[in-house]
Amino acid sequence: MIYRSEPMGEIKLTAEGNLEVSKEWENWMGGVAAQNKLVSPGMRLGNEGRTLKPGNIITNGPYAEVKEIIGGLSIFRAESLEEALELANNCPILNVGGNVEIRDIIQMNG
Amino acid sequence: MQEKELIPYLYRTEFRKITAVLCRSLGIEHISIAEDLVGDTFLLAAETWGLKGIPQNPAAWLYTVAKNKAKDLLKRNTLFSQKISPQIQYAVDDKHEIEIDLSAKNIQDSQLQMMFAICYPGIPSEAQIGLSLRILCSFSIDEIADAFLTNKETINKRLYRAKEKLKQDNVQIELPSEKEIDKRIENVLTTLYLLFNEGYYSSNNNAVLRKDLCVEAMRLTHMLTENETTNKPAVNALLALMCFHASRFEARIDSNGELILYEDQDTSLWNRELIIQGERYLNKASTGNYLSKYHWEAAIAYWHTTTNNEGQKWEKILSLYNQLLMTEYSPIAALNRTYALSKVYGNEEAIIEAEKLKLDNNHLYHCLLGELYSDIDLEKAIEHLQQALKLSRVAADKKVIKNKISKLGKLKNV
Repeated sequence: MIYRSEPMGEIKLTAEGNLEVSKEWENWMGGVAAQNKLVSPGMRLGNEGRTLKPGNIITNGPYAEVKEIIGGLSIFRAESLEEALELANNCPILNVGGNVEIRDIIQMNG
Repeated sequence: MQEKELIPYLYRTEFRKITAVLCRSLGIEHISIAEDLVGDTFLLAAETWGLKGIPQNPAAWLYTVAKNKAKDLLKRNTLFSQKISPQIQYAVDDKHEIEIDLSAKNIQDSQLQMMFAICYPGIPSEAQIGLSLRILCSFSIDEIADAFLTNKETINKRLYRAKEKLKQDNVQIELPSEKEIDKRIENVLTTLYLLFNEGYYSSNNNAVLRKDLCVEAMRLTHMLTENETTNKPAVNALLALMCFHASRFEARIDSNGELILYEDQDTSLWNRELIIQGERYLNKASTGNYLSKYHWEAAIAYWHTTTNNEGQKWEKILSLYNQLLMTEYSPIAALNRTYALSKVYGNEEAIIEAEKLKLDNNHLYHCLLGELYSDIDLEKAIEHLQQALKLSRVAADKKVIKNKISKLGKLKNV
């Protein structure tokens, strides 16, 4: 699951607002974990970043083309993309105009 | 104390101490010999004390006799000494006389070391619990068979195989090094956790035996907190968890030995002292930078002991279950999380979440749905409870479910 949205402004929200957001996420993620479908809650990414391109070209921010950034990612366990879509259904990112990108993982044999 | 009561009492308190010391002296391959020696010592005590009266210091008498028996055995049996003496781990002096140290300190050390040897992941957890009960808790084979609802032969076989495996893998009787301790202690904690649960949740109707199992699990966990090397945050968290659960002992079983559900318990029967002890251990657990599953479970159990502020209580419990599940999935945590969710967001929301769990073969899953539906759809509630009744194998649980069904049945007919 790759969570994308516009940068959520300063991460310093009010204590109240912050709590509300994290509770939403926690309940959603807890629901996935309760189905034994969570492999890793993954990580939340900050708003800062640089992008390095060939020829040592460095651009500001983590943006690709549009003003939408990856806010974080997690790993779920699902039999199919359809099942994964179902799990993503109530993802709180959708409530703030963001989206979830669902990708399969190719096992790497080391 | 009369001889009749004294010997069983001393068996419970001293058998494990002497056995642990002898195991450590003789080595892991001779656990059975150590057990037999101590067993013989108690037989001799029963015979002698009956005739000559109880000695002034009965425990010291036992120590001396066990020590002499061990020395005699080593000296007399040449075959035995050829086989064992060269491998003896413990101090053998120049005259090849074995020193068996039954000082309080060595008893404590030996028991801790045996705990690590027995909680060896190479043997099945049932066998680890069985051996712990035998060697660390002085349980007889009969008592262990009762605890597991099986017979003596099964337990004897199980313990025999476990001892053979310990011998084969040459498991050392020692405390792990500082570097290894965190990993090794996980096995020990798992076994102690299972031992406690065996008492707290088991299908056994013998309430006294069940309580004994819990008390023993707490005693062994407490022993870990008394040693600097093993006094880890996760150990304190587990002990806190056990204290919080144990605080409801008197409240959760009625005079007929039947289970009283949490919601229906008389909270004045909760043991305040154990709750306070639990809080103390939970505070001690709050060091280091790693949270074990026992931390989450202890925190959940803590909130269950609170009685004011119901709203905040269930929000906290839900949040802790979310985090526990993110650390480690278990069906029971998933079900309990959903129950907490119903307390915060209502039954309808919880039913949606519950039906995603797909635990159709779990009787507790149907109990939960029965509970959640009981205010919404009586017929469905009863359906689920009947399914739960079919799946449940524990008499006490069946009784609770039957009561619930008949209660709902009456409502339906109104």
